[in-house]
Amino acid sequence: MEKKLKVAALRNGTVIDHIPSDKLFKVVSILHLDVTLNQITLANNLDSAKIGSKGLIKISERALEVDETNKIALIAPNAKINIIREYEVVEKRPLVLPEEIIEIVQCCNPNCITNHQPVTTRFHVINNENEILLKCHFCEREVRQEEVKIK
Amino acid sequence: MSNNSLVSISDYSKDEILSILDSAAEFEANPNRKILDGKVIATLFFEPSTRTRLSFETAVIRLGGSIIGFSDAATSSSSKGETLNDTIHMVSCYADAIVMRHPLEGAARYAAEVSPVPIVNAGDGANQHPSQTLLDLYSILKTQRTLENLTICLVGDLKYGRTVHSLIMAMSHFHPTFKFIAPEELKMPDEYKLFCRKNNISFTEENELNENFNDADILYMTRVQKERFQDLMEYERVKNVYTLKNAMLEHTKPNLRILHPLPRVTEIDPDVDKNEKAYYFRQAQNGLYVRQAIVSKVLNSITFKSEKK
Ligand SMILES: [Zn+2]
Repeated sequence: MEKKLKVAALRNGTVIDHIPSDKLFKVVSILHLDVTLNQITLANNLDSAKIGSKGLIKISERALEVDETNKIALIAPNAKINIIREYEVVEKRPLVLPEEIIEIVQCCNPNCITNHQPVTTRFHVINNENEILLKCHFCEREVRQEEVKIK
Repeated sequence: MSNNSLVSISDYSKDEILSILDSAAEFEANPNRKILDGKVIATLFFEPSTRTRLSFETAVIRLGGSIIGFSDAATSSSSKGETLNDTIHMVSCYADAIVMRHPLEGAARYAAEVSPVPIVNAGDGANQHPSQTLLDLYSILKTQRTLENLTICLVGDLKYGRTVHSLIMAMSHFHPTFKFIAPEELKMPDEYKLFCRKNNISFTEENELNENFNDADILYMTRVQKERFQDLMEYERVKNVYTLKNAMLEHTKPNLRILHPLPRVTEIDPDVDKNEKAYYFRQAQNGLYVRQAIVSKVLNSITFKSEKK
């Protein structure tokens, strides 16, 4: 009951829930929501039984594409994404880390060409035993998923 | 983009590696062949490396090609702030292929993606230097008459030494056994040990250089650099124990050969030079034939045996 008062219902669009509070604005930036003309509702520091404190984003009149939502998998792998039509959840979108990550990650190698010239970053996602590594397409440096720097 | 570029040794399959080595042997038998007649090759050295540049330029000239380029970024337009992308496009208006050395890692991969003509990576920072790896393989093949089932001892800076990392990748096609001998500070990184395990390559690790290489076919020495050490006392200790001396070679196999990418500092005592097992100076000379093979391949100027029908 109380939740509904805090965040108004959405008729058509996308709801991204369970974003860790400290990642909310990263998600906004990765999805370029700071420049969208659609109505958006942001909420942050909401109580969450699961993660303590969470953020939430509602984007009106736009169903995000799969390659857009997958960009979030890197920084908020447990976020919940629902596509809404006429107040109903029509799709629960699972998050899948893409095989290749373009643009949003910054290479951790200070001597990498991408940190010195206007080069779009590109990383290959490698499943290595029980950890996920990102390998820079250019300098070939590997970094653990949790150490990734988002631009 | 030209997909004939050579950026990393992993761009080449086992067959491509073997065909380069075959062709290098043909160039060694007959180095002066005018198969690049009328071709222009640019050597763009954004950081100086006289040794590598002279080797590539000699390779091109012996094949009848011509050279344009620069040997130092200070004399190039990049010192005026031109992007690498723009420099590559400008040079590709004049040259049929570009040999490039750059201080930034990943520069060669990037250049290969934007360039209309093939790029040969002559070193991108600490990342890749495939012509060095191919000349190492050629030297191993020439001295051992095979690349298969050899025991290769890698000594010195195994942490930062890119030549040893690339050598592991390249040798992985040929069932090697490795022995990694390095001080604690400079030991082989986990990712390469993992690579060996995944490819069923057996290896052992030791941290002292004593006569623990008596079963080796190749002793690959690398430079131990002072700036890699935080503790200078430790550097002094390592420097003294990681020096190969002639007396240490007494019980080694007769076919053993000692390689070193050069220049050396103190890792090989000059008293080793006169031993017939010392191969490092001839190794450098092999670079010429291997680079002739590489430049010819990227320009499609020779047909490789494996590609003939
Ligand atoms: Zn990088």
